[in-house]
Amino acid sequence: MNAARAAIAAAAVAVALALQVSFFPHLAWDGIVPNLVLLVVVGAALARGPQFAAVLGFAAGLALDLAPPADHVAGRWALALVVVGYVAGRVRRDARPTPGTVLATVAASSFVGTSVFALSGLLLQDPVMGIPELLEVVLVGVLWDVLLTPLVLPPVMAMFRHLEPDRTLA
Amino acid sequence: MARDRRPWGRDPDRRRQKTSVLVALVLASLTLITLDSRTSSPVDPARRAVGEVFGPIEVATASAIRPFTAVPDWFRSHDAMQQDLLDLQAENSDLRSQLATDDYNRNRLQEYDGLTAAARSIGYSLVPARVVGLGPSQSFSSTVTIDAGSDAGIHPDLTVVNNDGLVGRVLRVTRTTATVLLVVDPDSVVGGRVGRSMDVGFVHGRGVLGSDGRLDLELVDDSAVPSKGDTVVTWGSEASGPYVSGVPIGRITSVYTSVRDSAQRAVVDPYADLGALDLVGVVVPSGTDSDRAVIEADGGLR
Repeated sequence: MNAARAAIAAAAVAVALALQVSFFPHLAWDGIVPNLVLLVVVGAALARGPQFAAVLGFAAGLALDLAPPADHVAGRWALALVVVGYVAGRVRRDARPTPGTVLATVAASSFVGTSVFALSGLLLQDPVMGIPELLEVVLVGVLWDVLLTPLVLPPVMAMFRHLEPDRTLA
Repeated sequence: MARDRRPWGRDPDRRRQKTSVLVALVLASLTLITLDSRTSSPVDPARRAVGEVFGPIEVATASAIRPFTAVPDWFRSHDAMQQDLLDLQAENSDLRSQLATDDYNRNRLQEYDGLTAAARSIGYSLVPARVVGLGPSQSFSSTVTIDAGSDAGIHPDLTVVNNDGLVGRVLRVTRTTATVLLVVDPDSVVGGRVGRSMDVGFVHGRGVLGSDGRLDLELVDDSAVPSKGDTVVTWGSEASGPYVSGVPIGRITSVYTSVRDSAQRAVVDPYADLGALDLVGVVVPSGTDSDRAVIEADGGLR
């Protein structure tokens, strides 16, 4: 059962990654695409809490780091998505999050995630880029993620809630 | 269930466990970053393994959506195409008259013919491939995946071109896919030569993709001044260098003086539309074994 749950979570990440790399570039604005993998991690965090989301964030980030055509130093997206999973997971309350909470969480997570990635790049001097360009990418990324939230988050959250092993909540 | 309802409840063991998981994951990420920052990275085999699995998924996704991305083209009216045809005919005759009359242009044409002949005599062929994946700008690097890999005779450090000009070079390959570093990537440095003056220099990417993606040309000779409108072609290196010579890179759109190192710099607009790549060709030595038809230097298929 546990292996099956992990397989389903991995499949969700793989689908998100495939769409992000192969489909959304056709709609991209200056190459900036919605970060579907991040949305999956945020969905997991809101449905399952920080610990599960941090682990999933690490795995998903690793996939983003290693799957072609990635060329940055591996581990940077893993670090960013661990932070995102953990921070977004702390938003989780007893009640189901309202649509407003979900949108705010996605916006904050997208900002934090891309920023952590960009800052790690500045520290490593991986791509040498100016702060204005970085900010533009971060903000357009947030806009994309918020736009796609109504389409992506409800099914993802429902799926992760369904996967919860000891689900007794009404 | 109480423990699920209150993730940050008063149970200290559970809280400690959660914190230790987080710390472990962060440390794992940092370790990975440290390992991969070294020049001969132990992460490369893992990259290749993930690529072997994920490359075919990207190829499949791209071919599944290709019919849909072509939809906007169907809606172009007959009139619009007629207009396009007229425009192209006008442009064509314009260019033809320029060629016939303009001595300077004729000279330049000879120069290009020479370069093309050189490439032909060295004996290169093209392996055709399609772009199936584009790295997000959020990763701050400009790389694409193409659907040809080591099975197609591709290996790292080969030149990638398209109809319009230079696209980039191959970084790494899997059996069925290859990762290409685009010329606009900030890490990309190409040896360039100004077509008219033959001055050599280096072309750096700015890391911006799309319609305002530009390159910076830095000439080796500080006193040489490139002029606006000049064509920049690859300078190329002998034998196994990453870029073959004589591939057009772009056109100089503006020239400025760098105060810091008192050299002339030029902004180059790449010929290839790097934000909307589809069909590309990988330059391979003639006679390379490939799993698909290879375009020879004389235009024939093999």
